Amino acid sequence: MEIIVVLVILGVLALLFIATYNRLVTLRQRVKEAWADIDVQLKRRHDLIPNLVETVKGYATHESTVFQKVTEARAAAVAAGASATPEQRAQAENMLTGALRSVFAVAENYPQLQAVQEFKDLSENLTATEDKISFARRFYNGNVRDYNTSLQTFPTNIFAGMFGFGPEQYFELADATERETPQVKF
Amino acid sequence: MLLIAAFTALVAVLAYFVGEYFAPGGGIAALPFAFAISTGGALVSYFAGDKLILAQSQARELGPSEEPQLRNIVEALALGLGIPTPKIYVIEDSAPNAFATGRDPQHASIAVTRGLLDKLDRTELEGVIAHELSHVGNRDIRVMVLVTVLVGTVALLADWMWRSFFWTQGGRRDRDRGGAGAIIAVIAIALAVLTPIIATLIQLAVSRQREYLADASGALLTRYPPGLASALRKIAADKEPLEVANKATASLYIANPLKDAPAFFDHLFDTHPPIEERIKRLEAMD
Repeated sequence: MEIIVVLVILGVLALLFIATYNRLVTLRQRVKEAWADIDVQLKRRHDLIPNLVETVKGYATHESTVFQKVTEARAAAVAAGASATPEQRAQAENMLTGALRSVFAVAENYPQLQAVQEFKDLSENLTATEDKISFARRFYNGNVRDYNTSLQTFPTNIFAGMFGFGPEQYFELADATERETPQVKF
Repeated sequence: MLLIAAFTALVAVLAYFVGEYFAPGGGIAALPFAFAISTGGALVSYFAGDKLILAQSQARELGPSEEPQLRNIVEALALGLGIPTPKIYVIEDSAPNAFATGRDPQHASIAVTRGLLDKLDRTELEGVIAHELSHVGNRDIRVMVLVTVLVGTVALLADWMWRSFFWTQGGRRDRDRGGAGAIIAVIAIALAVLTPIIATLIQLAVSRQREYLADASGALLTRYPPGLASALRKIAADKEPLEVANKATASLYIANPLKDAPAFFDHLFDTHPPIEERIKRLEAMD
């Protein structure tokens, strides 16, 4: 009789174990997928920047420091993309966003440039990409929050460490104005 | 599943009494047909319902370089929900409206009218698209497609039987039948009238709750409820009916496209909650 009771308790515990483990794997997988969405958009932004620099350079010939800065920031962001943690990547991307702003600020001073179709397309594309980054980031952070919360709540927190589940990092872009809809003016 | 069962039962009851009317004792024989029709309807709507609805609404799929702003909004918001970008369709009609359809997020389509693109600004368009994508994300679209096609099937059947009654009116068989036959005839006629109404009521009850939910999740996605509120206000202010919409597809749209709600029935037959109420709830979210 007692053996049966012990077996039932062990069985229930084993089931609980399996369920918890599987849930954590699912949640962690979602975080990874969401991260891949961000990664695609960040890479797309990196790809657009050299074209933008070339186009603007053709008109704004005397602004070489701005171009150098954005090229360096892009190189750093691409390098960070290869290996760094979300936190380090976010830092590199923030630098890049700042450098991009100054390119657009420079472009403002050249009215002929504003009329070039290629420049219009590039800035619309960049705006759209930043928009996508911000939505992809929101989805990613939502998934990280779900995953981290379940890691830290009882009773999952007891098993999580044993199985090697660690908390994931949020992807934070330090940009207070990003919630505003981007305005594309020509 | 519950919905399919309810519709099958409805079709079966209708078929039984109509079969009984045409040939006493023939009601049972009609049952297999009823099941075949409703199962067939459910299968067709599961696999091809979205295509039927899109074709019926005369929607045209957008090429990769058309309407870049719309495409960018859809792609960005789909990323925010973590779903694949749905196919984008445009309906060339100046009445502003939109709907989403498909069986799951991997097979989803979203259709907007030309009027919506022309009359709304970017934040409003974002609000509407977020509402439609929420239907996709909440798996509403499958239920709505099933319900739309099943209601269409029931309406078609009832219509069909209704016509048969007129053809056999005054025929010799009527006189041979006696009292029991008359009762069955009355029940059959009553059912032929009631069934489409019941089917429609099921559809409406389902769709109204889902509109509120999609408004709320859409607003959560854009973090900007006034965008959708202002879009709804513009859509409501537009008095033009959408020509390609009909009673079966009306509940799919973001706002009732028919614009002819009779005051007499009050809200029983509304496909959508009143727009003022939706706007009020959106404004309360700020």
